[in-house]
Amino acid sequence: MDASITMTVDGREHTLTVDTRTTLLDVVRDHLNNWSPKKGCDHGQCGACTMLVDGRRVTTCLSLAVAQDGRDVVTAAGLADGDQLHPVQQAFIDQDAFQCGYCTPGQVCSAVGMLDEAGGADLSDDEIRERMSGNLCRCGAYVNIVAAVRQAADGAPDGRRS
Amino acid sequence: MIPFAYSRADTTADAVRAVSADPDAAFIAGGTNLVDHMRLEIATPRTLVDVSRLPLGDVIDTADGGVAIGASVRNSDLAEHPAVRSRYPALSTALLSGASGQLRNLATTGGNLLQRTRCPYFHDPTTPCNKREPGTGCSALGGYARDAAIFAATPDCVATHPSDMAVALALYGGVVQVLGAAGDREIPLNEFYANEDPSHDTVLAHGELITGVRLPPPTGAPSTYRKVRDRESYAFALVSVAASLRVDGGHVADVRIACGGVAHKPWRAARAEEALRGAPASAASYEAAADAELAAADPLPGNEFKRRLLRGTLTAVLSELSEEQ
Ligand SMILES: Cc1cc2nc3c(=O)[nH]c(=O)nc-3n(C[C@H](O)[C@H](O)[C@H](O)COP(=O)(O)OP(=O)(O)OC[C@H]3O[C@@H](n4cnc5c(N)ncnc54)[C@H](O)[C@@H]3O)c2cc1C
Ligand code: SF4
Ligand code: FES
Ligand code: FES
Repeated sequence: MDASITMTVDGREHTLTVDTRTTLLDVVRDHLNNWSPKKGCDHGQCGACTMLVDGRRVTTCLSLAVAQDGRDVVTAAGLADGDQLHPVQQAFIDQDAFQCGYCTPGQVCSAVGMLDEAGGADLSDDEIRERMSGNLCRCGAYVNIVAAVRQAADGAPDGRRS
Repeated sequence: MIPFAYSRADTTADAVRAVSADPDAAFIAGGTNLVDHMRLEIATPRTLVDVSRLPLGDVIDTADGGVAIGASVRNSDLAEHPAVRSRYPALSTALLSGASGQLRNLATTGGNLLQRTRCPYFHDPTTPCNKREPGTGCSALGGYARDAAIFAATPDCVATHPSDMAVALALYGGVVQVLGAAGDREIPLNEFYANEDPSHDTVLAHGELITGVRLPPPTGAPSTYRKVRDRESYAFALVSVAASLRVDGGHVADVRIACGGVAHKPWRAARAEEALRGAPASAASYEAAADAELAAADPLPGNEFKRRLLRGTLTAVLSELSEEQ
């Protein structure tokens, strides 16, 4: 059954007609051709589909699009300010925090949301791991992901840790 | 997934009316459990009534010194709430040990209580499962039973309830507040989960809406939650223990224990509590109490290890709580 929804994705407002069965992830990828968020497990288990909805990180493969009417959605592709990368994106590059890159947009969105949740608290590496544990990486790039999140948290590159 | 109609309720009364009137309708909140089941066609509602934006999103101090938690409060917000962190610390810890940050931002109090078992056969439509398809049998009996219950299982179903939050709510004496077509009622958490008919996880009737959970004032005894799982983070409990303990003059003055991962509901360890009342606050007492509780355990060949795991966890948690005093 179809339903009409309006939502903002990466700063642009869209009014769309969607089948009620469609998830937010599928709408963004298949209707808006924004392939930044990835589909990994489609069961809420891997975090590849993480986006920021109304400023908070959520898994979007279990979120119905029709329930997002009026919401503000940001994907990893919408984090940059023109050519100026978001500090978390820049940190992932500086720290070589990916191999194939498939999980990266989800990791980046999750890190942005997580740092906001932490509210500037001083995070140990263990705490970063715990707070990022909803994002799985098949390449196992975890060591450098932790370094990237640490760089973003500290607000400056602190050199490669691995 | 089968096609379905979707609507958003503006009031609790509208939500109850819409679902009560239609046997094929269901409430949806965060969707983190229901959408998964709809995709697997374990759940096949033809109408979804979204309750996530109902005005049930607050945690309020009650006149008696307790709190009232709205059904739409997100798990992440509940865990961070100052009243919960300071007065019900086991609840905060339990919530933070469940799922991941991005799932906790979606998961709600009502939905978390009603999430269904993680028994692998329940999720596999090619296997018999009395909970998914009544009368087909139970594949976990004689099958993979690592996650199965050791207390109060029936020959029809040996599944465990997966919620961490519910275990902490049981520790603190939580009462589920419900609105139905016939009015509202309150159900103590200890009476909320049912096991006679595996296809009905709770005593709720179709169309009854959870509006919130009420917690009585804290007893003042230190409390904590410990979860043991196959990996350090982002996994369901093999066993978990929520406990509160007050020691007075070297003896146990007050104790409450609720365990997760061992039954179809948060398991109040009444035998252990009984054995501990007035006993010396010592590791020997805690071990004896665990043994008293485990005398009622009836594990399967695949989950015999939960006996030792629960014994060790219970003893460690009680020792930790008594050392603080
Ligand atoms: C990968 C993964 C890992 C997880 N790990 C854990 C874990 O370690 N510990 C843990 O405890 N949980 C865990 N969860 C489960 C998660 O906590 C639940 O999915 C979530 O709490 C359900 O809440 P929801 O609001 O999304 O519910 P929904 O999926 O929206 O609904 C669940 C059920 O509740 C009903 N419902 C919802 N709200 C109401 C209401 N107000 N009144 C009546 N009925 C209602 C719905 O009809 C549905 O039947 C995990 C989930 C995933 C996907
Ligand atoms: S334990 Fe319960 S949920 Fe698991 S297969 Fe048996 S009947 Fe189904
Ligand atoms: S695709 Fe959403 S969590 Fe894996
Ligand atoms: S970089 Fe390949 S999956 Fe994470």
